[in-house]
Amino acid sequence: MSYLEYAVKSAPVGFRKIFYLNWPVALLLASVSGAGFLMLYSVAGGSFSPWAEPQMKRFAMGFALMIGVAMVPIWFWRSLAGVGYLLTVALLVAVELFGTVGMGAQRWIDLGFMRLQPSELMKITLVMFLAAYYDWLPAKRTSHPFWVLIPVIAIIIPTLLVLRQPDLGTSILLLAAGGGLMFLAGVHWAYFAAVLASVIGLVTTVFQSRGTEWQLIKDYQFRRIDTFLDPSTDPLGAGYHITQSKIALGSGGWTGRGFMQGTQSRLNFLPEKHTDFIFTTLAEEFGFLGGISLLGLYALIIVFCIWSALTNKDRFSSLLILGIALNFFLFFAVNMSMVMGLAPVVGVPLPMVSYGGSAMLVLMLAFGLMQSAHVHRLR
Amino acid sequence: MKKTRAETDFSHRRISRRAALLGGAQLLFIGGLAARMRFLQVDQADQFRLLAEENRINVRLIPPSRGEVFDRNGTRLAQNAPSYRIVIVREDAGDTDEVLHRLSQIIPLAPEDIERTKDELKRSPSFLPVTIAEDVRWEDISRVSVNAPALPGVTPEVGLSRVYPQGSDFAHVLGYVGPVSDYDLEKIADPEPVLRIPRFQIGKVGVETKLEPVLRGKAGAKRVEVNAAGRVMRELDRREGTPGSDIQLTIDAKLQGYVQARLDQESASAVVIDCEHGDVLACASAPTFDPNLFVRGISVKDYSSLTGNKYRPLASKTVQGLYPPGSTFKMVTAMAALEAGLIGPDETVYCPGHLTVSGRRFHCWKRAGHGWVDLQTSLKRSCDVYYYDLAIKVGIEKISDMARRFGLGIKHDVPMSAVAQGLAPNMEWKQQTYGQSWRVGDTVNVSIGQGFMLASPMQLAVMSARIATGRAVEPRLIKSVDGVEQPSRGGESLGMNENNLRKMRRAMNAVVNDRRGTAYGSRIIEDAMRMAGKTGTSQVRNITAAERRAGVIRNEDLPWERRDHALFVNFAPIEAPKYAVAVVVEHGGGGSKAAAPIARDITLQALYGGQPPLEAYPAKDRERIEEQQEKLRGMEPQASFVGRDQA
Repeated sequence: MSYLEYAVKSAPVGFRKIFYLNWPVALLLASVSGAGFLMLYSVAGGSFSPWAEPQMKRFAMGFALMIGVAMVPIWFWRSLAGVGYLLTVALLVAVELFGTVGMGAQRWIDLGFMRLQPSELMKITLVMFLAAYYDWLPAKRTSHPFWVLIPVIAIIIPTLLVLRQPDLGTSILLLAAGGGLMFLAGVHWAYFAAVLASVIGLVTTVFQSRGTEWQLIKDYQFRRIDTFLDPSTDPLGAGYHITQSKIALGSGGWTGRGFMQGTQSRLNFLPEKHTDFIFTTLAEEFGFLGGISLLGLYALIIVFCIWSALTNKDRFSSLLILGIALNFFLFFAVNMSMVMGLAPVVGVPLPMVSYGGSAMLVLMLAFGLMQSAHVHRLR
Repeated sequence: MKKTRAETDFSHRRISRRAALLGGAQLLFIGGLAARMRFLQVDQADQFRLLAEENRINVRLIPPSRGEVFDRNGTRLAQNAPSYRIVIVREDAGDTDEVLHRLSQIIPLAPEDIERTKDELKRSPSFLPVTIAEDVRWEDISRVSVNAPALPGVTPEVGLSRVYPQGSDFAHVLGYVGPVSDYDLEKIADPEPVLRIPRFQIGKVGVETKLEPVLRGKAGAKRVEVNAAGRVMRELDRREGTPGSDIQLTIDAKLQGYVQARLDQESASAVVIDCEHGDVLACASAPTFDPNLFVRGISVKDYSSLTGNKYRPLASKTVQGLYPPGSTFKMVTAMAALEAGLIGPDETVYCPGHLTVSGRRFHCWKRAGHGWVDLQTSLKRSCDVYYYDLAIKVGIEKISDMARRFGLGIKHDVPMSAVAQGLAPNMEWKQQTYGQSWRVGDTVNVSIGQGFMLASPMQLAVMSARIATGRAVEPRLIKSVDGVEQPSRGGESLGMNENNLRKMRRAMNAVVNDRRGTAYGSRIIEDAMRMAGKTGTSQVRNITAAERRAGVIRNEDLPWERRDHALFVNFAPIEAPKYAVAVVVEHGGGGSKAAAPIARDITLQALYGGQPPLEAYPAKDRERIEEQQEKLRGMEPQASFVGRDQA
């Protein structure tokens, strides 16, 4: 009896729900985190402190949180979508006003027992809000300009607040996830085509203006854009990170240099080796095979999520699951593109692997919602 | 809003379509990432592996140990001794100010050193050692070691530094080494990387710099693994360098020490050459200085006291100093005439005390004149007029040629600094230099080693050796390199008539051993050791006619820098010459009084290979000589010390 056959038979209640969780996703998440512990142990020079041990504790907490959230029916969570969205926006404003400056940006509020990073939370509540909105909105109004404007505003407000912190990476993720959800909800092609065309047009105009009399931005701003797009023009400054990161990746070869044998990370050539650039350490020490395996685990999580969404007849649930999956995808896709030199360094960690409590807890919360939608799906 | 079943189905289909589309795009992107990973990790792996190695591996040079220098008997003249320095590492020290304060109470530290250390500590990475003090005495090092627990981060380090155990005796011959300066690097077209090692020492002066390529050796290298901050994590492998070659000088340290002591604080120089091989046995210039001062970095005070001294202690007078040879040149004039066949047997010249040449009167040093003189008498009593007469007959070209054949006016290949060529003038030279034609008066001046004629003490010693042997003796300073004997150059016959040479030697014998000779007071009594020589007194000023009428002022009454130079050249023993000696005492007055006694003492010292018996001296001088020997014995070369006395 396969897992799927079993799932359609009866709607579970009580603690029996635990058997109806999407266990493949839960186990994949655990494996990815496991790879994370291994790498954190390695970059600390073969020690559980200072990173691996707290990360493991947080994962345990996160896993419990996920199951806890999954036990609560999805319609309860749906009823919180609007309030959750407004509350998170309010938190973003609070960060703007009272936030702690860390790494040159205002990102968190110190709550005493933990540091709350509202921008992380925003990724979830935005997806929840949009999913609830499109669940509520009759399908034929989806592409009506007025009903398109409302979600656009709902996306733009938190994006701008996060951009002000400044956290370019997260605001791009918000924008992409929000846009992706609108696309999934069935907003007409023409809107996306129009936005895409106008962005391309604007960028082209700005670059065309370079060196002419009607130049739209200052020279130094152009130069900043140049380094941002092509760090190799500044190999010891902005390009240093990406150069060292590529060296680490490349020197891994097929099978890597062996666990704890990566010279680039061990000798500190890699920047942020326990957070944003942790994937390079993995690729250096376990090579192409290690890297492709991790990428495979991520791909499987996406596949299982999409499968769960497609088999869920509730509109809110499937939009929510797809949104969470999209968020998760954007997360690791941007990070990996960054460390492989395909995208500018924008400061996005690798989900479940990079060291960091806030991001991990929020992700586990998100997967808790996904599990709740999975458990309480219409059969 | 209530939704119909149809609506829900419709929206669900649309979500499915778009979800499949977006999901497909995501998987495509993941595929792209995988392809990129493959490209970086498989296709370009070799290149990146190389870059990673370049990142982590640093090549550090290991400085070679410099070759040592010995004298002809194996006495060590230059060696590499451990030199201790104290360094501090910031990250181990913690509160560096406190640690430095504690250190300064344990050992003497200059306030400048403390300030400089604090400065460097601020600027350099926390794991790099910063030198607090160099050339620290061993007692201070042990005090630091004993107090190590109170001095975190402070460690003594040992390196090799050049030390000259013979101190000032070899300052001019050996020269000294010092740390490579920017100026040194500029002079070298393609500097070896080893020169960029901090505190690496290279030869600055003398043999140390002339034989630098031999002494330096080849640097080794070690490969170390470093982290991003440059800290050395471990050593991977090392290749030892080749130490520099040891060299042996022809100098006899004992004789050199004696000569240096004998010259004392006079502004003087002396050269002793082995007649057979041309080996330079002693080559001393006084006053001298301690080359060890320069190795450690000489203080401004010490340096200005050396440069401000009017006796020029830094100048290597034996090869660099040029003097009119005065009467010591008379052998050259005489030999030129003899070889030209212009002096018949028993030919005599009348000396009335002066000679008038083309309307100008040239005086003999003896106003009353010498009367009738022949070759031997003229040399013995140093009559000037005889040589004026000879020179006019021979002409300057032959005299100039003869000077060069005797080794004057040519640059001898001696590996010392600033070796001067000297000057044996001829007509062409004057035309080229002054644009004037040669006048017979110039010839008259040159005939007694005045005028344009210039020679260094080394050249005069070579001349003496060539007269003694009749062979083209060339000075040799390097006896062996790495145990391989260096060939002595020259030594072939000068091609002069042996009878003429014998006449010269006889005349020089008379100078010293004839009762009326100018150097009779400095003769050697011991028969087997007797020497032949020639005094010289060269003027450094013109004596005007008015002055001459008023009576020439006595040398002792003149200021030091206007007094005559005193010179003496000799060889001994007369029958089988072994050593040729030249002594020049700057502004010393008469050659017979100031230079000849020194030359005699040096010659005896060389012949006996140590302190000569008093019986070798004339009986009436023995008491004085004994006193002098007593005094010189107390002037043994000062023992060199390791480490700067900072107290």
